[in-house]
Amino acid sequence: MFFKRNLGAKIALLPMIIISLTVFVGCIIYSFVYSLTNSKLIPVFNYVGFDQYERLFKTRKWDVAVENIFIYGIVFTIGCLVIGFLLAVLIDQKIRAESLFRTIFLYPYAMSFVVTGLVWKWVLNPTFGIEHSMHLWGFTWFELDWLVNRDLAIYAVCIAAVWQGAGFVMVLMLAGLRGIDEDIWKSLSIEGIPKWKSYIFVILPMIRPMVITSLVLIAAGVVKVYDLILALTSGGPGYSTTTPAMYVMENFFSRANLGQAFAASIIMFISVVCILAPWAYYEFYFRNREAKV
Amino acid sequence: MISNTIEARGPRPKHLSIGRIGMYCFIVMCALFFLMPLYVMLVTSFKDMDEIRSGNLLYIPKSLSFYAWPKAWGEACTGFVCEGLKPGLVNSLKITIPSVIVSVSLGAINGYALAFWRFKGAYFFFGLCLFGAFIPYQVMVYPLLKIESALGIYSSLPGIILVHTIFGMPILTLIFRNFYASLPIDLFKAARIDGGNFLKIFFYVIIPMSTPITIVAVILQVTGIWNDFLLGLIFAGRDNQPMTVQLNNIVQVDYGVAEYNVDMAATILTSMIPLAVYFVSGRWFVRGIAAGAIKG
Repeated sequence: MFFKRNLGAKIALLPMIIISLTVFVGCIIYSFVYSLTNSKLIPVFNYVGFDQYERLFKTRKWDVAVENIFIYGIVFTIGCLVIGFLLAVLIDQKIRAESLFRTIFLYPYAMSFVVTGLVWKWVLNPTFGIEHSMHLWGFTWFELDWLVNRDLAIYAVCIAAVWQGAGFVMVLMLAGLRGIDEDIWKSLSIEGIPKWKSYIFVILPMIRPMVITSLVLIAAGVVKVYDLILALTSGGPGYSTTTPAMYVMENFFSRANLGQAFAASIIMFISVVCILAPWAYYEFYFRNREAKV
Repeated sequence: MISNTIEARGPRPKHLSIGRIGMYCFIVMCALFFLMPLYVMLVTSFKDMDEIRSGNLLYIPKSLSFYAWPKAWGEACTGFVCEGLKPGLVNSLKITIPSVIVSVSLGAINGYALAFWRFKGAYFFFGLCLFGAFIPYQVMVYPLLKIESALGIYSSLPGIILVHTIFGMPILTLIFRNFYASLPIDLFKAARIDGGNFLKIFFYVIIPMSTPITIVAVILQVTGIWNDFLLGLIFAGRDNQPMTVQLNNIVQVDYGVAEYNVDMAATILTSMIPLAVYFVSGRWFVRGIAAGAIKG
């Protein structure tokens, strides 16, 4: 009797249930279990406790990867939010050819990370790229050797990523700005408050949900950055632009060091959860409860 | 939630003040910065190598050279094979079309079952499924590879289609469920009273009403799957490598003289489809990416 009720729905949801359990939950358990072993080329269950994690935190390359992801995360997030908000405000000024500008700012988002990386690799090429153009124009002091500079290469990655992602933030923010009541603008102008002040102190707090959504969506993408860096710098020069995702993939597929890869991937997973859990809690639990009251 | 209220209200200011001229200058500068890489790609692909070496990156070509395009399309080398991007395009189509059909259908059925046929525990699994959207791919690729090997479909077309279906499922299920939950429940009740069962109601009542959300889902999946690199690299196998992987192989080739014009032509060819989707679909694209931003 129990199984017969809603039988159609139960059968229909079977793939979802199986995938959720085997892939989403199963893979995490699998990765965690094997991160406690010293598996090399093939996964073998040879328990070594948290040795892999200890080794991970002692590895210089992992330190560099973590440092890079912090730099990238901060620069990319702030860059996208600031430029995205600025563009949204500009577009919101009842300008001419608005849809043309919107199209221009958003098109990079349609490109793949690989394409983005390769294009910027060419533009920033120290021999033939922008630097060369500036030299030809007579600015011989101009230097733009970021891609071959160990300390600056990660910022080149940030520029490419902001170029790709800022338009998306603009769209989200613009939706927020267009939702602001016209009366608020009227009263602000009656009060004689300058426009830039109104935007920063009144409007920005009012579109907070959009800001938070953008922030979370961008931050969630930070940990995963892989293709972009692979195409732009291949992790170099040296390993100066390597990231946790690259570290994991390298240990899986080219260094045959499965235990390390599993341990690193579990750390990645934990950090994503730490970023997203507060937001998910707010979005799905808190909001739902608010809606019911 | 995006784009409903996106139109500007009220008339434009009549007079151009100094401030507004400054603003226009600034926004045009920003637009030029955003357009610059696309422009550089285009002009570079029409230059010959001599001009690339001696000339200015930002100038239009002195003489149009059509050397790069046919080479990128049919002759450029990836490793030892010199067939250009053509096989990559075919592979990407072979991967994208079935993956989009399978994943969108699965998302629609899941969303429908969750919105109208709730049973005990269904939402627990829905929660698990959504949770899957936030797990980094790196945690799942290796175990998934093992699962696919056990099923005998690793490194094959069905293998990569299954992977795209799995990773597309959370977000597609979510957007279809939200869309169906916003439909009037009376409609469903009426169909029930008329004797409709699970499948009948889905095919005769729900599917005809699903056009808008299906467009969003298809755009989301087409651009997402076309632009994917990592999953194609690992799961598609040597014979089915998608365009993005082949592009990377062509450009990052270790030996021989780098031909930047061929590289740029190849880059444009690879981004053709998503750009076309973007320019044609416009506002739908915005809804699609906004819905899909939390994906893997």
